[in-house]
Amino acid sequence: MSDRSPTVPIDRPPSEPARRLGHFKPRLLLDTDHDLCPGCGEPVAIRLLLDVIEELGCAERAIGVVGIGCYTAFTSAMDVDLVQALHGRAPSVATGAKRMRPDALIFTLQGDGDMVNEGLQEVVHTAARGEVVTCVLLNNGVFGETGGHMTATTALGQRTKNTLEGRDAAYHGHPIRIADLLAPLGGSAYVARGSVHDATSVVKTKAMLRRAFEAQLEGRGFSFVEILTMCPTGWFVPTAEGPGYLDRVLRPVHATGELKNGERCVTTAALLAENAAAQAAARPPRD
Amino acid sequence: MSALVSRGTVVLDAERCKGCELCIPACPPRVLRMSTTRNANGYAVPELLPGCTGCGACLLVCPDFCFEIYQYETPVSHPGTP
Amino acid sequence: MTRALLEGSEAIARAALAAGCRFFAGYPMTPFTELLEHFAELLPERGGVCINAESELEAIGMAWGALATGARAATGSTGQGIALMQESLSEITRAELPLVLFHMARGQYDYTQATRGGGHGDYRHVVLAPVDLREAVALTQLAFHLADRWRNPVQLYGDFLLAHTFESVAVEPLEFGALPEKDWAVDGSLGGSGHSRNVNPIGMRKGVKGIEPEAFWKRLAAKHEAIAAAEARWEAHRCDDADLVVVAFGSLARFARHAVEALRVGGARVGLFRPVTLWPFPAQALARAATGARRIAVLEQNAGQMIDDVRLALLGAVPVEAIGGISSDEAGFGVGDLYAPDEVRRRVEGALPAPGGAR
Repeated sequence: MSDRSPTVPIDRPPSEPARRLGHFKPRLLLDTDHDLCPGCGEPVAIRLLLDVIEELGCAERAIGVVGIGCYTAFTSAMDVDLVQALHGRAPSVATGAKRMRPDALIFTLQGDGDMVNEGLQEVVHTAARGEVVTCVLLNNGVFGETGGHMTATTALGQRTKNTLEGRDAAYHGHPIRIADLLAPLGGSAYVARGSVHDATSVVKTKAMLRRAFEAQLEGRGFSFVEILTMCPTGWFVPTAEGPGYLDRVLRPVHATGELKNGERCVTTAALLAENAAAQAAARPPRD
Repeated sequence: MSALVSRGTVVLDAERCKGCELCIPACPPRVLRMSTTRNANGYAVPELLPGCTGCGACLLVCPDFCFEIYQYETPVSHPGTP
Repeated sequence: MTRALLEGSEAIARAALAAGCRFFAGYPMTPFTELLEHFAELLPERGGVCINAESELEAIGMAWGALATGARAATGSTGQGIALMQESLSEITRAELPLVLFHMARGQYDYTQATRGGGHGDYRHVVLAPVDLREAVALTQLAFHLADRWRNPVQLYGDFLLAHTFESVAVEPLEFGALPEKDWAVDGSLGGSGHSRNVNPIGMRKGVKGIEPEAFWKRLAAKHEAIAAAEARWEAHRCDDADLVVVAFGSLARFARHAVEALRVGGARVGLFRPVTLWPFPAQALARAATGARRIAVLEQNAGQMIDDVRLALLGAVPVEAIGGISSDEAGFGVGDLYAPDEVRRRVEGALPAPGGAR
């Protein structure tokens, strides 16, 4: 294909007969004009959330409880009933709301600094109690809103504003794999990790969100979906390198897959082994 | 070489684009590339080559809700392609 | 009226239920613990929910969530636990949620905490300080009404003595008048309408990018000024011809009232001014009650907290003396030797101005 191939006009709908398969935005998003950074994975994840709520027919029974992070300002465009909570404290607010409105579909939307630093206790207790809510974690391994500082999920070796030489276990300690704390708890019905760094992952993550909400709708207990998102600003990389950085730096720590689903309860280590085996199986044979 | 055929196409909301380039590697037939056109905010925006399949991968990965996806009723041949 | 012998904690819990409280969360700590126990027993029977939260921060978070859905909800603790809740208390006020907070203090050491708050920013809570169980039953119900009326937290300042004293009391539901519908409360129903709700403490509005903090905070401050102008409550007992006006609140005021009565029998011209709302402090009423008095004696069990408000109310018009002080039992929970009729009488008597003399 020549570099001087003529391009196809994309500034208007096609004049040839065509079906529209994908819309600019979900119905439940009021405006696409947001101020999150170029290449940020959070709007990609939030889109999935809104799509799943719509597809499940739950727009008029959904209540979101929002934490504090970059995503907070975005939520003014989310057309579902929302409650803004404090940093880390969405799970307890979700608990109170669900106890008073058990028929509502209640989710939290939190970042890793919010949930795993400030609010570690809140989400663990909410899961242990088996509160029938869905906690959604947007994990980019940094405190984005304050400028890109280390969180409890930051990977060893990851450079952040306050780990400029890379996170060092001896000085900064080890990352916490929050899903590993939640999956074994008796109150957890569904615990999964997804990501939004490529189209395949986006599709898989959407399915995870759906299963998590189904666990809530069926009253099976606490559900949790962690979504690895790109933060090129916090990672000091050009936007186009965000997905690769996520795959190379975050996914080896916070492996994607389902940790808890009904009888199945596995650790991140098991997921890493499963993912490696799947990758090996997908490679063509050498000879 | 036969004429290039598109089974689908997109509409790009260029003014919302922030030039992040995530759509480029996400496109399976590799028909998106960054253009030299800049929008009002100064971001370079993508352009579309013939061969789009309407798969919607670009829509899935775009953080800025820039894409609409269309599938042609009948695949479209592009004149002038080698 | 069916009277029963109830401990204060139970009377308060029953009063909250009479007011329609459907949600309570708390963390055990003396002298708040029994309130949690009573809610845990009574709420489920009435279709409500009581959660033993894993920390005070979670307790107030849970109450926040329940309030956001429009339910009457409460939490509480003692001073140390209230200290943990400060960020939430400030932000719940900004979110304009009608929290009722049971501040079961260890004595009177938390006056400043209750009335000034330890949270960030400009915010005010109505603080109601009952003198006995009967008033606690009435003020608990009033608290829920005022909280809804103003969309603002209301605290009930109780203490160890109130919580653990048994009295014969009837818990009858009180009527306070109609309140507006809580159309701001979230139930999911406006999802997809373009006008979905957003209960939040920063003035965020759906479909609008950005916030306007200055306008939002000014509106909130104006509301607090309106509350201050409308909700001050007090008891002025025999102040009209008093040479000495004793100012006391809560449980200790009960002892002060007893001392005033006893001294009056002996011919002393002494009165009692009892703030019922610690905030808004009934400053104008105190100034009026102090007209003609030669001395004000502030009886409080702490190093001097309410006395600041007394001095502000009087602005030097009458000399103000502290006759209370720190007094504690061996546990530190707040029932010290000061809580004795003879001791209080001795202190009040000692503050009486010399008859016929100048100030």
